[in-house]
Amino acid sequence: MSEDLIIPKIIINEINKKYSSSEAKKILKELNESYEKAKITPGEAIGVIAAQSLGEPGTQMTLNTKHFAGVAEMSVTQGLPRLIEIFDAKKEPSTPTMTIFLKEPYRDDEEAVKKIAAKILEIKFEDIMESITVNLLDFRIEAQISMESLENYALTLEDVEKTLKNIFSEEDVKVLKKGLVKITPKKEIEVIDLYKLKTKLKDIHIRGIKGITQVLPIKKTRGWIIQTAGTNLKKILLMEEVDPTKTISNNIFEVASVLGIEAARNAIIREIILTLKDQGLNVNLRHIMLIADTMTLEGMIRGVTRYGVSKKQESVLARASFEVPLKHLYNAATRKEKDELKGVIENIMINQTVPVGTGIVKLVVNEAENNKKTIKDKKKKGE
Amino acid sequence: MNDLVKEKIGSIEFRLMSPKMIQKMGVVKITTPELYDIDSYPVDGGLMDLRMGVVDPGLRCRTCGSKVKECLGHFGVIELARPVIHIKYINWINNFLTSTCRKCGRILLSDEVLRKYDEKLKNISLQKGDIDKWAFIKEIIKKAKNVKKCPHCEEEQLKIKFDKPSFFNEEGTRLTPIDIRERLERIPDNDLEYLGLNPEAGRPEWMILTLLPVPPVTARPSITLETGAKSEDDLTHKLGDIVRTNQRLYENLNAGAPEIIIEDLWDLLQYHVTTFFTNNINQIPPARHRSGRPLKTLEERIKSKEGRFRKNLAGKRVDFSARTVISPDPRIKINEVGIPILMAMDLTFPETVTEWNIKWLKKFVENGPKKYPGANYVITKEGKRKKITDETKEVVLKELAPGYIVERHLINGDWAIFNRQPSLHKMSMMGHKVKILPYKTFRLNLCVTRPYNADFDGDEMNLHIPQNDEARSEVEVLMNVINNMITPRYGLPIIGAIQDQITGNYLLTKNEVYLEKKEAINLLSSLGGFNIESLPKPKKIRDGKEFWTGKQIFSILLPKDLNFETINKSDEKVVIKKGELVEGTIDAKIIGAGKGILLQEFYTKYGPEKTSQFLQAISLLGINYLAQRGFSVYISDTDLSQELVKKIKQRLEEAENQAYEVIAKYKSNNMEAYPGRTLRETLEVKIMDILNRARNEISNIVEKNLKENPTIVMAESGARGSALNLALIAATVGQQALRGTRINKGYKKRALPHFEKEDLGPMARGFVKHGYKGGLNATEFFFHAMAGRDSMMDTGMRTPKSGYLQRRLVNAMLDLKVWKDGSVRNASGQIVQFEYGDDKVDVTKSKGGKIYEGDKK
Repeated sequence: MSEDLIIPKIIINEINKKYSSSEAKKILKELNESYEKAKITPGEAIGVIAAQSLGEPGTQMTLNTKHFAGVAEMSVTQGLPRLIEIFDAKKEPSTPTMTIFLKEPYRDDEEAVKKIAAKILEIKFEDIMESITVNLLDFRIEAQISMESLENYALTLEDVEKTLKNIFSEEDVKVLKKGLVKITPKKEIEVIDLYKLKTKLKDIHIRGIKGITQVLPIKKTRGWIIQTAGTNLKKILLMEEVDPTKTISNNIFEVASVLGIEAARNAIIREIILTLKDQGLNVNLRHIMLIADTMTLEGMIRGVTRYGVSKKQESVLARASFEVPLKHLYNAATRKEKDELKGVIENIMINQTVPVGTGIVKLVVNEAENNKKTIKDKKKKGE
Repeated sequence: MNDLVKEKIGSIEFRLMSPKMIQKMGVVKITTPELYDIDSYPVDGGLMDLRMGVVDPGLRCRTCGSKVKECLGHFGVIELARPVIHIKYINWINNFLTSTCRKCGRILLSDEVLRKYDEKLKNISLQKGDIDKWAFIKEIIKKAKNVKKCPHCEEEQLKIKFDKPSFFNEEGTRLTPIDIRERLERIPDNDLEYLGLNPEAGRPEWMILTLLPVPPVTARPSITLETGAKSEDDLTHKLGDIVRTNQRLYENLNAGAPEIIIEDLWDLLQYHVTTFFTNNINQIPPARHRSGRPLKTLEERIKSKEGRFRKNLAGKRVDFSARTVISPDPRIKINEVGIPILMAMDLTFPETVTEWNIKWLKKFVENGPKKYPGANYVITKEGKRKKITDETKEVVLKELAPGYIVERHLINGDWAIFNRQPSLHKMSMMGHKVKILPYKTFRLNLCVTRPYNADFDGDEMNLHIPQNDEARSEVEVLMNVINNMITPRYGLPIIGAIQDQITGNYLLTKNEVYLEKKEAINLLSSLGGFNIESLPKPKKIRDGKEFWTGKQIFSILLPKDLNFETINKSDEKVVIKKGELVEGTIDAKIIGAGKGILLQEFYTKYGPEKTSQFLQAISLLGINYLAQRGFSVYISDTDLSQELVKKIKQRLEEAENQAYEVIAKYKSNNMEAYPGRTLRETLEVKIMDILNRARNEISNIVEKNLKENPTIVMAESGARGSALNLALIAATVGQQALRGTRINKGYKKRALPHFEKEDLGPMARGFVKHGYKGGLNATEFFFHAMAGRDSMMDTGMRTPKSGYLQRRLVNAMLDLKVWKDGSVRNASGQIVQFEYGDDKVDVTKSKGGKIYEGDKK
């Protein structure tokens, strides 16, 4: 009997374990029947349904109202703008964030979490300096380090001096006791280059992980997590305190480059679900999965735009009907492109049956057979 | 009529058009810019030449002999006196000129290099497809461009400068289209592929036009104004310019005019031909109509939303459609639509005459077009269409025989597609059964307003009548309302009870609701088809009178084998045992549109037909019970007791004080900023938090303390409104937001002149203390209006944005479908998912994608 079952083996085994054999048989039969009933019909235009399922709630989303629920959560783009951002496959989200989960011993220790957070936070020279000037008289750059912020970040002047000396190998770096930094070029350079040096100094990375501009430890039911503004998945995942199985970034391209395309697919699904849930909208997972699958079909992330998914359509007419039709026509002419008319929109254009739903089956009158029958009937009548 | 599809377009190929082809296509050589002679008859060899088709009724096409509408038109041809560049291929021409040798015409890369590229190209097109191949070719062209010496004939290359829009200079000397054409002719076929042109698509020199195809007259019909004056199409105007310049150039060439004049005319010809193709090139001033309006030439006809592609090809105008205002009708079936009789007499269905229905159809013909139900046309076996009039009626009746088609009026039981824009869903177009009704509006059941998102404040809807049996049966089965009750978006019924229907059922099924026999029978008979014997035993008998509970009445509508258990909106258990509502109150979560779990259970268990009947019954039960019982709302419903008013006032004051405390802290620099926020932002967050908490608490207080009254019943049953709406009316409107923050803009350092500068307090920044009923004061009212305007803007910006998003989504996914093996593939057969949704389960056929919940038992 179990050979006739089309439901997955795991479920069959589970039910067989849980119930007595007669009961299990009954349940399995019922289950099998309802699965058979629930199966999708071949030819269903599931793409359009998925697109509509995500497009229709778009009209109900808010555009720029931020919610005030969290006392001090990181503000993240949400609603329709975020959804558009995901489908556009923007290289960098407008508010990149990471949610960092920590490993067992660390996640319940508030002090440790705060320490980790401080360690992650990127500190640039800019953040610890009070003022910066270009001293044209002595032809050098002078910057005043704020001792207060140094203390805040638990840094010492020596640390700063070390990193500065490392980077400015071609210049003479002096750090005075009161926090005055003097950088004098050893070679003769132009004034413009001196100003360039100034911007370079401001941008010097002192500590932390590049890209993480803010950190926020939050207490959740299962211990502390760290939310960040700015992402750097690659480096964060390498930290030993971090739980790499849970930690996520909302930058889909980053996920793709660090963890691969399947992870990116999951990231797209996750981000869409999060944005929809936040707006109180209910969309079945299947639709979201299908969209994520089309976006990652080619092994890289393609946006739902004329440069992404729509560019890859085989049919000239389908591409032309979407955006910038003429470009596609001229290109098609020089490339001798052939439209096989396999898609929906092409067939709509030329008034032919679309190859979805009832359009994939054909009903033909078997005239030969029909004629035989009528002849037979006539013969019968004649007899 | 035989409408079997006999021929089908298999594929469409795009190529360059050769001069030979143009010559062959052209049925007439256009030589004169004149259009008509004195008798306003088209001139031979003019742009309206009768050989290119006809637009005037009464004339015949001189090429094919057919009349207007029968003749699709034929191309003409203009022989250009001097060749002219096709402006849209200018980039290709530029590539050809710069990356081929000026002497031998070969590409400026050695054969060895080419062989390498050849292999690479083959690999790319095998692995990634043709689109990537062409992207790679761009790189080859770039390489070839910078070569200074031809590797084939060692000729030194001169630098060619391209001046937009269409001039080429080779180190000072101008290359005329003749020169360019000569060079392009020299490029061997084998090199073309590396230059971005498929050699099978055509020759590069065809990009320089020597012949210009003239679109048929039917593509540019002239309009006769009321005054009798003819107004020509933009294209005709443009073509006239071309012919005129061309003729002048000819004459000057023949007369041996000086080079300057010839060159000027040549450039003019180039300009006209360019603007004939597109009138939207940056470097060229657009050609204008006499009135100053830019002409709409070929490209503008194709482009954009109003262009050929999106307006005429991807969407088409249809016949047998209707549109009018909609109005509600609770007694019409869920899958019916009421159609005005006047419309039914214009909308027809072509019924083929057979020996079995000839008698029936003759009645329609007899009635003619003016009497309902009649028929408007008859189509004979030969396909001739005959209008039925009083004069022709007799003849038609006599000759009517099997094989004829009668276009009869719409009758009850026909099928129609009903639609309301914006069509965001597949449920925006559903199949309804036709019901002919008096008056002039479409009538629809209230339960289907939800999928259409319709109301009756003047909404109009469209109706389409399928014109053959195949289409009609698809409408009846696939598009039928009752087969689309479950939305594929999340698997719950989108068609369900709404508003008063929910309230009615809620009040009816509450505990301790007893109905007398008369009441019970009245109620049940209002549903129609009720059998008095199905009334169960009365629950209570008092003073010799029989009483039934509301739950009992509701249970009559349930099938006897239904067992169901769930939780309703107010977290009560709802238990149905053997078709008997044993426990719990029915509310929006059980039967409401977009939520109703009971309806979903019903649907999977008993199917669409029974579900729609059940829904119809409960919706009528709901409103009829309300009508019987009486239900109205008063302003006093939201009155609060003195005590409560005081309490709320206190809570508000408390919140205000808290806010001021925080502000004081901020002003004295005693506040700590949240990580990643400035002090000011922190303050805003804190104040917002305090005020919102206060409002939520107040809304809870209001909800808890109001005694049961109609307004509360509506909120509680989920029919309309919520606890928050009540709080807005009764207690306080709360913080008004502008762009997601408190209102901080307006005057210098204050939002309104009524407040002091730098006042950060709640009142000064848009907090509305009063409720709607109590009335807002002037500043509050203004803040409220500001927030209202802001939300209007939000809606205004959102609609086009989400519309565009949906268009993109649909375009990207419209070819995806489930194949017979359960996999999802796109138009080219590429697999997107091996099993749809990983389990092949259809959302509409299951409980939100889950198939079985037997484990609970």
